[in-house]
Amino acid sequence: MAKVKSAGSTEPLFRYMKRHKWMYLLMLPGIIYFIIFKYVPMAGLVISFQNYSPYLGILESEWVGLENFKTFFMNPDFKMLLVNTFSISILNLVFFFPMPILLALLLNEIKNKLVKKSIQTMIYIPHFISMVIVASITFTLLNTESGIINQIVYALTGEKLEFLADPKYFRWIIVIQNIWKETGWGMIIFLAALAGVDTQLYEAAQVDGAGKLRQMWHITLPAIKSTIIIMLIMKVGTLLNTGFEQIFLMKNSLNSSVAEVFDTYVYTLGITQGAFSYSTAVGMFKSVVATIMVVTTNWICKKCGETGLY
Amino acid sequence: MLAIAEKKKHRGVQLSPAEKAGMVFVYTICILAGVLTIVPFLYVVAGSFATEKELVERAFFIIPRTISTNAYRYITADGSIFRGLANSFFIMIVGTVINMAFTTTLAYPLSKSYLKGRNTILNMIIVTMLFSGGMIPNYLVVKGLGLLDSYWALMLPGAVNAFNLIIVKNFFQELPHELEEAAKIDGCSDVGIFTRIILPLSKPALASVGLFYAVSHWNDFFNSLIYLNSTKKFPVQIILRQIVLLAQGASADGSSIDFGAGGTPPEQAVKMAATVAATIPILLVYPFVQKYFEQGVMVGAVKG
Repeated sequence: MAKVKSAGSTEPLFRYMKRHKWMYLLMLPGIIYFIIFKYVPMAGLVISFQNYSPYLGILESEWVGLENFKTFFMNPDFKMLLVNTFSISILNLVFFFPMPILLALLLNEIKNKLVKKSIQTMIYIPHFISMVIVASITFTLLNTESGIINQIVYALTGEKLEFLADPKYFRWIIVIQNIWKETGWGMIIFLAALAGVDTQLYEAAQVDGAGKLRQMWHITLPAIKSTIIIMLIMKVGTLLNTGFEQIFLMKNSLNSSVAEVFDTYVYTLGITQGAFSYSTAVGMFKSVVATIMVVTTNWICKKCGETGLY
Repeated sequence: MLAIAEKKKHRGVQLSPAEKAGMVFVYTICILAGVLTIVPFLYVVAGSFATEKELVERAFFIIPRTISTNAYRYITADGSIFRGLANSFFIMIVGTVINMAFTTTLAYPLSKSYLKGRNTILNMIIVTMLFSGGMIPNYLVVKGLGLLDSYWALMLPGAVNAFNLIIVKNFFQELPHELEEAAKIDGCSDVGIFTRIILPLSKPALASVGLFYAVSHWNDFFNSLIYLNSTKKFPVQIILRQIVLLAQGASADGSSIDFGAGGTPPEQAVKMAATVAATIPILLVYPFVQKYFEQGVMVGAVKG
């Protein structure tokens, strides 16, 4: 808090709070919410250092130190989770991340307002659809009995592909789902940046004889460069967050060797099998690394003279 | 500049051949993107009305030759889809009211830079955006509070979203102070200013944030999955997963319905019908939601 306070600074805190009592009372429900549902769970992370038993509770459960973490790091699952998580994230980064930028650049060239608005309205729709619906549509398109994609594949090659069961397709399905669902919505921020470009720059470039491509390279791209950099750095900071729902819905016993990521692993072991301490240790490892990555990338953002995430 | 504009006008939309080809490319890709987004929806809708014969004979169609509503009669036979929709609707409405109550009451005092302790509280909230206890500790807290298998478990743990809170706080901060000062002179209390001046003035921001919350409740799958056990309480997303992904038929006893000439609907059509039933509510409000969502994204992009 700022050291220099106006008239109020000599007033005792109690009197000050009494004067503004309604303001503090207004905040109370929200503050209690953050304590119970955000800070208590953080304190609950101590069970990762215990052999927690719901019957004994946090206070009575046996302390085991770093035992759970050791078990996890020695477990072959650890390597599998890292590989799976980073594979999906990096594929997303390479194939999904550029999509909204490319589409925004193209859409920005369309000067007919009606056409532009219609396309925007269409490609925003999937953003509002739940992951369960996305997964359902994927199942109806890809299943081996009557899925349309398999009917096409069958007509061309005479055999059907096990898209939903074969591990080799899993990561690509996830990336394509993301592209289909979020490319449109992801454009908004870039379209806004593009709308801010001074049209006089284009006119001047035109007078100088610069073609469309050169205009895009020298005017449009520099204008959205900082937005792209911020978004990219933020994406790198969240490489460990693969999203629970999508992976969980597309995962099955046949493809789980490539589908299992940190969140689904924690769910299976913790919620369905009751290994609370071990799964909390796994979750905590992921949270700590993810936080370090976000804070670091944000720091880099600020070093580069950009605004950063917070 | 005027001269150039004038010149352009005279030139009309005359483009060089290369530029023309470029524009054809731009339009093709953009329209293709739009079509590729929409086609899966149309395919699912078409398939839901199709008969077994058509689904086998024709690989792809947008308009079925014979329209059959048997798949819909099948999924509505035991009412689980309707119950799911009704449950989702209830969770969305009550959940959003709770979200808005908690978010606005916390955001208003936090928008006052003079308030002592404000920065500490804000920092504590930002910390929760960067680090959280995670799935299991959250689950144990909900369990410890005795909220398992109740709708409270879907509404309370996410009562305030820190991003939404900051959007609302920033909006409050930018409202003109003069109105509040005038009201204070007229003897209006802090709470009175909040309910009678600040909230009515913030309708656009509150609409955006309210819709963010509402859509996330409607689409939520994760919380229902981990916190609900009773079939009767399941929202539509869980029911849809059971029908489509786990292939647990919606109707307990399909044989009791008379499907007439069309015969029992194909499994594929049943799954598609369930998907359509779960998608329609969000598409109905989409034109309205889109505008406020876009607005919300832009408000959120402004730092404060």
